[in-house]
Amino acid sequence: MSFITDHILSWVTFLPLAGSLLLWTVVRREGPARLLALGVALADFVLSLHLWFHFDPKTGVDQFVERVAWLADGRISYNLGMDGISLMLVMLTTLLGPIVILSTWRAVTERVPEFMGFLLLLQAAMLGTFFARDMLLFYVFWEAMLIPMYFIIGVWGGQRRLYAAVKFFIFTMVGSVFMLIGIIYMYYHAGSMDLRAFLALDLPRQAQLWLFGAFFLAFAIKVPLFPLHTWLPDAHVEAPTAGSVILAGVLLKMGTYGMLRFAMPLFPQGVATFAPLISTLAVIGIIYGALVALVQPDVKKLVAYSSVSHLGFAVLGLFSLTKLGVAGSLYQMLAHGLSTGALFLLVGVIYERRHTREISEFGGLAHGMPRYATIFLITTLASMGLPGMAGFVAEFMILFGTFGSTTLAHGRLLTVLASTGVVLGAIYMLWMYQRVFLGRRDNPRNEGLADLSGRELVVLLPLVVLMFWLGVRPGVVLDRVEASIDRVLAPLAIEGAAPAGLGAALTTPVLELPEGQGRFVFGNPEMR
Amino acid sequence: MHSPVSESVIQESLLRWIVLLPLLGAAINGLLNRRLPKAAVGAIACGAVGLSFVLSLTAFLRLAALPAESRLLVDTVARWIGFGPLRVDMGFAMDPLNAVMALIVTGVGFLIHVYSLGYMSHDKGFQRFFTYLNLFIFAMMTLILGENLLMLFVGWEGVGLCSYLLISFWFNEEANAIAGKKAFVVNRIGDFGFLLGVFLLGATLLPHLGAGEGLFSFRVMQRHADVLAPAATAIALLLFVGATGKSAQIPLYIWLPDAMAGPTPVSALIHAATMVTAGVYMICRMNFLFVLSPAAMHVVAIVGAATALLAATIAMTQNDIKKVLAYSTVSQLGYMMLACGVGAFAAGIFHVMTHAFFKALLFLGSGSVIHAMSGEQDMRVMGGLWKKLPITFWTFLAGTFAIAGVFPLAGFFSKDEILWKAFSGQGGGVGLYAVAFLVAGLTAFYMMRLVVLTFHGQNRAGAEVRHHIHESPLTMTLPLVVLAVLSVVGGWIGWPAFLGGSNRFEQWLEPVFAGGHHVAAAVAGHGGEALAEGAAAAHGAAHEGMGLERALAGASLTWGLLGLSLGYLVYSRRTKVADTVRGIAGGWPYRVLLNKYYVDEAYDGAFIRPGFRLSKTVLWKTVDAGVIDGLLVNGSALVVAVFGSLLRLLQNGLVRFYAWSFTVGVAVFVVYLSLKG
Repeated sequence: MSFITDHILSWVTFLPLAGSLLLWTVVRREGPARLLALGVALADFVLSLHLWFHFDPKTGVDQFVERVAWLADGRISYNLGMDGISLMLVMLTTLLGPIVILSTWRAVTERVPEFMGFLLLLQAAMLGTFFARDMLLFYVFWEAMLIPMYFIIGVWGGQRRLYAAVKFFIFTMVGSVFMLIGIIYMYYHAGSMDLRAFLALDLPRQAQLWLFGAFFLAFAIKVPLFPLHTWLPDAHVEAPTAGSVILAGVLLKMGTYGMLRFAMPLFPQGVATFAPLISTLAVIGIIYGALVALVQPDVKKLVAYSSVSHLGFAVLGLFSLTKLGVAGSLYQMLAHGLSTGALFLLVGVIYERRHTREISEFGGLAHGMPRYATIFLITTLASMGLPGMAGFVAEFMILFGTFGSTTLAHGRLLTVLASTGVVLGAIYMLWMYQRVFLGRRDNPRNEGLADLSGRELVVLLPLVVLMFWLGVRPGVVLDRVEASIDRVLAPLAIEGAAPAGLGAALTTPVLELPEGQGRFVFGNPEMR
Repeated sequence: MHSPVSESVIQESLLRWIVLLPLLGAAINGLLNRRLPKAAVGAIACGAVGLSFVLSLTAFLRLAALPAESRLLVDTVARWIGFGPLRVDMGFAMDPLNAVMALIVTGVGFLIHVYSLGYMSHDKGFQRFFTYLNLFIFAMMTLILGENLLMLFVGWEGVGLCSYLLISFWFNEEANAIAGKKAFVVNRIGDFGFLLGVFLLGATLLPHLGAGEGLFSFRVMQRHADVLAPAATAIALLLFVGATGKSAQIPLYIWLPDAMAGPTPVSALIHAATMVTAGVYMICRMNFLFVLSPAAMHVVAIVGAATALLAATIAMTQNDIKKVLAYSTVSQLGYMMLACGVGAFAAGIFHVMTHAFFKALLFLGSGSVIHAMSGEQDMRVMGGLWKKLPITFWTFLAGTFAIAGVFPLAGFFSKDEILWKAFSGQGGGVGLYAVAFLVAGLTAFYMMRLVVLTFHGQNRAGAEVRHHIHESPLTMTLPLVVLAVLSVVGGWIGWPAFLGGSNRFEQWLEPVFAGGHHVAAAVAGHGGEALAEGAAAAHGAAHEGMGLERALAGASLTWGLLGLSLGYLVYSRRTKVADTVRGIAGGWPYRVLLNKYYVDEAYDGAFIRPGFRLSKTVLWKTVDAGVIDGLLVNGSALVVAVFGSLLRLLQNGLVRFYAWSFTVGVAVFVVYLSLKG
């Protein structure tokens, strides 16, 4: 066993890749391909449980580290590590893996081995991205995610799949290119691709601003932050269910993860300068996404725009520049992964039966499909952030953190505006639920639809249980991430931190703004 | 500064079971769904709430056995949210205030569960109904027994959810589903204010927390109330916004009349006796905060009085029996708010209790009428039911006299207490008293109008319906009788001093509200002298003004009897008075009332339609599709043009080439670096 546990991160990362290779080469028949993919994903989940149980929550230092010189005399290395933040997102990824594969059992019938191969390839790339502690390695994983996702949308997608796939590809590529330039620039200053070397750099303010911009753009497109979001609804509408679930469940979090892991600790000056602008965009995204979701005629597009709103909360939490807000943001990533992942699965269920997602086509579905209606309602409530469910804990921490932030200008005003998203969330979700499930079942095509099958229940129930579990026992997550968040945010605590009283430790700034930055500053005058 | 509230904490793990038993009932009925026979479903649901009531009673008795100043039971189950100094426990507590609430909710709740056995017996959603009903009791008890403001909020939103589920219970009718959604959304608007209040409170208190203190714990907040003083007005008003949603006050009362779309036991339980009083309970729970801000208190009092008047005037013109009762509930909730606003928290809770008795009775009675009338709710086709529904009629009459404030029925004591405090309490005076007094008369009038139209004279329904009229079964009439008895005698516990009693009810609650007054007095240095003096003056007045109090009570009793008589005279004889009044000024005052002052229409035109138009035509079609996608992404700007040509290239099917060439590019870069190194 020790040959596994000594390199556990590599095993978790590359097991899906191995499965993917098998699917491309050896296992070419539909049935075995499905079983192999499911088996590999389950095995990967079991492996990741080792991480969960052997993780030491008391420290924020990377654990299970693997470091092997790779290129350029070891200045570039194969360097994996995991802290609490990575742990949470990795668990979300490995959990969604088998769920997604099982959900495609009936939905995908063409080129099954290739499809499963892309899913596993994507999983490997995502896990690698969360583990990578070498910037080049990170970038390789980061870009590697693009390719399988591109094909999943472009080959197995809907009518306008090619447009959507290309839009997705180009949006993401544009951001990534700037980040690559930034990475290379920093490599030549740091003399190493090691993240620690990057963190040790003391870059001048001007350079920090440019670099922050380059990194942030890549991450903001991925989130997506308003106004960079227009690729998302198209990608979701055209993607097959499995693609949407992974997209919403994990891929979008790459953006917020990247901000937290790289953009924020590497460039404190950039954070200080741009936090007012970014938090404002986040709040606009919260309200804008909700309002546009409200008027969508397509269920899937509605859920896609709701993601813009929910991820706006996640970005707001990060740039509240408080520990509480950042923790809430991480919590939101998990809560959104569960609830929106489940919503896309549920939309897939009805799409498989009716081959449409137009809200006006439905109505009164609760009559014939009580189990489906019940689980859909629970997920709707989770998405609305009902207390007792995961989303509430996240939104509460984000909003409370932003409200109490002494660093972020206008934190209270932003909280007031962002809180309207909580009201709007109830409106667009409940209105959609009403039009799809309640009322009379007038459309004859909605009669005789089968309720959830056993397989579909198996797919959905773990997510439902976790929505409640994380709502009632947030300590499961919070206890494991606190030290890591402290450590990641440490570089931001510059220049005379406030006195560390009990209250101070929470709402006081992780970051002291330079003189004159305490106001809304759209862009930096020095940069013009 | 520490308030004199005793710190001896008695752990009592009974409390969690009061809350969890109904959840267990809901879980069993919900998960086993249709596999259980109806009898078992009913037994489980009623048994869970009944047991919960017995446990509440047990806890209440334990509490009563303690000395007055140390009446507090605590049950901390686990840490809920713990991150840095943000500590929120999952826990329950019982003091005299929520002991009363617990008894009301589980007691009246149990009776309504039993009633529902009969009322819902033919409904195919029987299991689902009792699952929701149990779930409601669970949420309501979490709200009441929650040890801190966030636990209260869990229950607060939980009861909102159950309200939504039960209003739209018969979801085959889209109108019911819409009403349910409206209730939830309007409550969420209130919760928006509530949450901001919680944030402001938390941010104000956090720097002053001692080691191990939970941030939103009621005891902790009360202990540190002095540091809240500077922000008290803002916090109190924001929390009050939440209360206007939950307790249906201006401007958010509009959901409650529509909520009558739910089955009648739901209207009785949730939308009359229990849930809608949650806002009143919350203010009483946070009394130590509200008393710090005379301004906020005054707003509460004025909103309460205005709501009482507005709803009472609408109630006079409605023809749907449940709508009359719904507006009546809004009006009575206004009374309770008024009481809170003048610092008479005990009077507010007293009215919560008596109102729970008589309004649950009236709603269940109306349910019995509707049951007998084959689902008909329009009073214009009722009439003459008293002979065929004798139990319903006599119990309904008891409820009517109780709400009209006839001595010595329950409503007399609580309403009179509120009227007196509106006159003599903090910030009270002739204005508030006059409004409250007027409302008392209107209440008596519209209730008698309802009774006469429903039970008096000849039945005006079709032959088919008339043929089916029958008294309800025992499961329905028994709760009516019990509630009727409570509506008669339930107020005696608060027999006031000016009639030779000692108001034991107020005494029981005294320790809860005394703390608040101590806080206010202690903070007086911060500018609360007037308040402390007001409290003292009110106390003095209570002793000196007994003669006046007696005179005013006499006046309001006479006024109530006058309202009843007038209602009887106008509607029982075939006089033209009602028609004449309706025709005043071309009939427009009547139409304004009948159409509820057109408030729904105004909200629709001012907020809802513009909001949708903005979202659809401006944000989606123009900003998203036009500006961002059209102009910036697919448009002709220089940078975008490059992407545009790429797009064309890729759409030609070369994307695979591109993807792989990119991968190769990265590989080349890596190799280059390695060679260079």
